[in-house]
Amino acid sequence: MLRAERLTARPNWSAPAWAEELGRFVGGLLLAGAAFAVVLLLFGKDPVKAYAEIFQGALGDSYGWTEVLVKMIPFVLTALAAALPAQLGLINVGAEGQLYFGAITATWVALTFGDGPTVIVLPLMVAAGFVGGAFWAGLCGALRAYAGLNETISTLLLNYVAIRVVDHLVHGPWKDPSNFNWPYTAEFTQAARLPVLFGSRVHLGLALAALAVVLLYLLLTRTRWGYEMRVVGGNPEAARRGGLPVGLYLVAAMAIAGGLAGIAGMAETSAIQGRLRAGISNGYGYVGFLASWLAGAHPLRIVVTGALLAIISVGGDVIQIAVNLPSSSVNVLMALILFGVLGTRRRLEAAR
Amino acid sequence: MSDVALRLTGIRKEFPGVLANDDVGLEVRSSEVHALLGENGAGKSTLMKVLYGYYQPEAGTIELSGKTVEIRSPAAARRLGIGMVFQSFMLVPALTVCENVALELDHLGAVPSWQGIARQIREVSDRYGFGVDPDAPVWTLSVGEQQRVEIVRLLVAGAKMLIFDEPTSVLAPTDVEALFEVFAQLKADGYTIVFITHKLREVMACADRVTVLRRGRSVATVDRAETTEAQLVELIVGSARVEQAGTRGAARRDGAPVLELAGVWAEDDRGGAGLRGVDLALYGGEIVGLAGVSANGQVELGDVVLGVRPAGQGRVWLGGEDATTWPTARRLAAGVAMLPEDPMLMGAVGAMTVEENLALGDIDARSRPGFLPLDWRAARAKAASLTERFGLRMPRLDVPIRTLSGGNLQRLVFARELARSPRLMLAYHPTRGLDIAAVSVVYDALRALRDAGAAILVVSEDMDELATLCDRLLVIYHGQIVGEMAADAVDLHEVGRLMTGGVAA
Repeated sequence: MLRAERLTARPNWSAPAWAEELGRFVGGLLLAGAAFAVVLLLFGKDPVKAYAEIFQGALGDSYGWTEVLVKMIPFVLTALAAALPAQLGLINVGAEGQLYFGAITATWVALTFGDGPTVIVLPLMVAAGFVGGAFWAGLCGALRAYAGLNETISTLLLNYVAIRVVDHLVHGPWKDPSNFNWPYTAEFTQAARLPVLFGSRVHLGLALAALAVVLLYLLLTRTRWGYEMRVVGGNPEAARRGGLPVGLYLVAAMAIAGGLAGIAGMAETSAIQGRLRAGISNGYGYVGFLASWLAGAHPLRIVVTGALLAIISVGGDVIQIAVNLPSSSVNVLMALILFGVLGTRRRLEAAR
Repeated sequence: MSDVALRLTGIRKEFPGVLANDDVGLEVRSSEVHALLGENGAGKSTLMKVLYGYYQPEAGTIELSGKTVEIRSPAAARRLGIGMVFQSFMLVPALTVCENVALELDHLGAVPSWQGIARQIREVSDRYGFGVDPDAPVWTLSVGEQQRVEIVRLLVAGAKMLIFDEPTSVLAPTDVEALFEVFAQLKADGYTIVFITHKLREVMACADRVTVLRRGRSVATVDRAETTEAQLVELIVGSARVEQAGTRGAARRDGAPVLELAGVWAEDDRGGAGLRGVDLALYGGEIVGLAGVSANGQVELGDVVLGVRPAGQGRVWLGGEDATTWPTARRLAAGVAMLPEDPMLMGAVGAMTVEENLALGDIDARSRPGFLPLDWRAARAKAASLTERFGLRMPRLDVPIRTLSGGNLQRLVFARELARSPRLMLAYHPTRGLDIAAVSVVYDALRALRDAGAAILVVSEDMDELATLCDRLLVIYHGQIVGEMAADAVDLHEVGRLMTGGVAA
């Protein structure tokens, strides 16, 4: 069983420990990179060229790096959605579905109040996205806390339900009649579109994601709530005997996590698509889960791992053209990175 | 008798922040019972785990029958004929005895010969009078029976040297005597036994020779026949720090009981009846002992008082108020404190630091809004003063507490609970696993708490402890309080009879 490392209030980040951890992380990456190079060779491709293309494509020009930022937004938000429950010992693999459900509730706001002023509509959409995702995940949290239903299973299965609900809405009640039968909702009004930055596709969701990272970090490390959540994660029995409302914390953590994924769904529909349609998330929730594991469920490190996976993801689109491999082949690289990093992570030596 | 079966020389083992073994030597003769004696954190368990291949020492050599060996893993140790019974047993509860024994065997083959293994189990079991049924699932066995299964599996696997890590800490007094008889018989059959303990009485009862460890170093090896308890105490603690006979509290039954239970029933973990109509009242200013063989309702009693296990029937009053339906947080706020039976599993978070664990259950902190920062500086100051007051030897407070020894952890949780100035203290085995000096610190703290007017319930299987510490004694058997007596009128024989189900005279 994989175990997320737990935050401590003031982690002992003395320089050597830092350096060693970083060294192991980079070592794991290099190992994964080498393994993927072998895979490329087996397919008769030139690994040097492939890597050059990935980095060139992702970071070589302004289009590349702004696309990396665009991808980072859902990656980081859904990674946080996996990380917070992990601090309580829960495994949330439902960020994908929570993202979709947040997109649904945000879309409802956009379709219903889209004619209002931006300063009202957008905050409402963010709130609705949060509530939608929070509901979808909170459901699993409550089932876990009060009925003992395993949250890994329930969150995973509800992903498919959320995706189907979106399919139903865009094929049925919310289908735009003026759009030649395409399964889309009507395009959002300008008031319901998140503003973009630097004249690129990068949008204000970036600020929301950054804010979420900082707030979650402060919650976990500084506040009593965060401390008690980590106690629940570290030893639920001790938490119960310490008088902590364990069930409430489980539900709350899942709800907050789902809410963050829901905001990612809101941002994708509002900023990138401009409408709700099927397939707004290309497995972002799962990539986020990966980013959280790579980061040891640590909010600040998620920025690094989210960026890394975004680079690979953007580079993957380039590989397709340049080296003639399916773009999904970078999924292999992502998986290898997970194994590489987890495999080289230091195991805590049991003392006495 | 004098040929040396095992010689450890210059063993050194260091953990982050702790030098557990520093130039330790040990010499064990074949066919002897050798006791390894020392305080908590003296390095006994570490040394044995080095011998068992569980840890690799940084320095030192291991010689078996005169040959230097390197023991890289427990599997390697087993091949050399070394077997170890850990404090928490390494049995798989869902499997049968037979299957558990098979796990220890090296050459099992694809289709194990279950009948052959069962026959071997029966042979060993009959020889030592264990009465082990090879087909019984392990979870159905008592702790004492499980320990016998552990011994059987080592013998079937061909071990010649048996290491026991505090074998008596989990046993009822009668089982302890039986275990010592087994030691004697094993010795007669040519086996060599090394056992870790910190109880002098056990050493005097069954060891041939004793090696004393202190602070990671071996202090002396002596013949049991040529030593006295007093001499051993001196070796263990290094100076004269010995428990004085305690004072008794004059129970001042002023006002309402601090805790009262009336007709309380509760389920145990398997859905059976854990408590069957318990009535009891504790008053401020008294220490009440609860004597009983483990698993007779002690755990359920504490759970019901703390509010983590519902009372099926009956009422619970705290300080005169009906607290039957109160949540745990409210009971804690009302002054209930508990040193649970297993502090690591029930009262602490292994991955968190000492300071963070001391903050757990801090009522003052919980009264402030949860989004505010915790005051870690104050927590650290409190942690420092608590560790100071209880003489906890902790190199650093910012290390995860799972790196602490069991005794230190026990004292840490105890210190945390005391710091809340409780009105009611439920102390489970408050000195289990503690050394002599630490025991007296705990006794003093409990007495001070009593003199400050708190009610204290001490749950223990150690009759000496109960007789020394308590003002009043209750006996629990099969989920009921079956006897009560004043401390100065305690008849240990009578208590023993009540504990094991005899009817009160």
